[in-house]
Amino acid sequence: MLEADRLECTRGDRTLFRDLSFSLAPTQLLHLAGANGTGKTSLLRILCGLLSPVHGEVRWDGRPIASVREEYAAQLLYVGHANAVKDELTALENLEIGTTLAGRSCTRAAALRALDEFGVARCAHLPVRTLSQGQRRRVSLARLALGAGAESRVRLWILDEPLAALDTAAVAYLEGLIANHVNNGGMVVLTTHQPLTVTSVTMLRIELDFEIA
Amino acid sequence: MSPLACIVRRDLLLVFRRRSDVFNTLVFFVIVVSLFPLGVGPEPNQLRAMAPGVIWVAALLAAMLALNRLFASDYADGTLEQMALASEPLFLLVIGKVLAHWLVTGLPLVLIAPVLGLQFDMPAEALAVMAASLVLGTPVLSLIGGVGAALTLGVRGGGVLVALLVLPLYIPVLVFGAGAVVASGAGLSAQAHLLLLGASLALALVLSPWATAMALRISLD
Repeated sequence: MLEADRLECTRGDRTLFRDLSFSLAPTQLLHLAGANGTGKTSLLRILCGLLSPVHGEVRWDGRPIASVREEYAAQLLYVGHANAVKDELTALENLEIGTTLAGRSCTRAAALRALDEFGVARCAHLPVRTLSQGQRRRVSLARLALGAGAESRVRLWILDEPLAALDTAAVAYLEGLIANHVNNGGMVVLTTHQPLTVTSVTMLRIELDFEIA
Repeated sequence: MSPLACIVRRDLLLVFRRRSDVFNTLVFFVIVVSLFPLGVGPEPNQLRAMAPGVIWVAALLAAMLALNRLFASDYADGTLEQMALASEPLFLLVIGKVLAHWLVTGLPLVLIAPVLGLQFDMPAEALAVMAASLVLGTPVLSLIGGVGAALTLGVRGGGVLVALLVLPLYIPVLVFGAGAVVASGAGLSAQAHLLLLGASLALALVLSPWATAMALRISLD
């Protein structure tokens, strides 16, 4: 259970949002909408614990995330605006190393399977530098395929513009993956400007706007 | 593989695939040290007297030159964000990154310094003490530098700022490091200086990864 309690965020001297509260239970998906610059990414970073809100707090299973940081981190998967892949490493190395550094175990076979599911198995041994923008995004998102499934400890996915640069086939696959994760008792918070069709899932929606600016 | 071993391996792999970065530091060190005998003339006594200071100052500047690469690329491509979100404590990953950084920028200086010392006609005993003082001192430079690099992440003109931040903390290392070599050249025991360097290393090892991790969280905020 993820709860946001009266969050307020300011960047520079501008207040992006104030008194923002919501709660997200297992098997729910939260779609953050809003124009550019309304604070969607800032809100996601607050939910991850990367950014501290001016007021309010984020709670995980009833406790502030700062006090359960390690436990929260083990159950959280964040795909940010940046792809978090190193240009010099191959797609496979990026996935294996990224997962190990996050504190999760990762076998080579599982990493290859995840890349295959995202349609980038052919590029597994190529340096990411040589891949296209969409392929890099797929490599970055392959972490989700590793963190999916009922046996996984990862319960919360926080995705910042996951559909950017993806083609229609990858979007459809990702939508299926998200639906599967949510139906297995997971939670997803995401932002996107593209239409998202995740079927048979409870979808909450929060619209951020400029009215308090 | 443990996350600590994983990050060391990753950073070494990255350096191996982009080798020019290592040579920058090393070439800078070799050039600066080699220019001094050419500049001040071939008087052996004078060269012997200035060798410890020259080599140590050059090592310090070379270490500082390499600092901006410590976190900058991880910060730019988002991998640093992922490390901050790892279930491992961030200071463990910081230790790994600093260790890899030292292996790439500090260790080569330690290995090449005795060869450069020959240009200054240093006696064999002083060369050994110099290598020992660099082994103890350069990790301290990397550890302290990590705090400065983390604090100036994403700041424009960070290069100058990091120099201003870490130089005052580098000075004790320089004094004890060069002092050890001077003492041994003068026929005295270098033990006291080396012990003080060892103590600095122990202190930096305990405090700086923690301070660096805090600074990284502030920079990411």
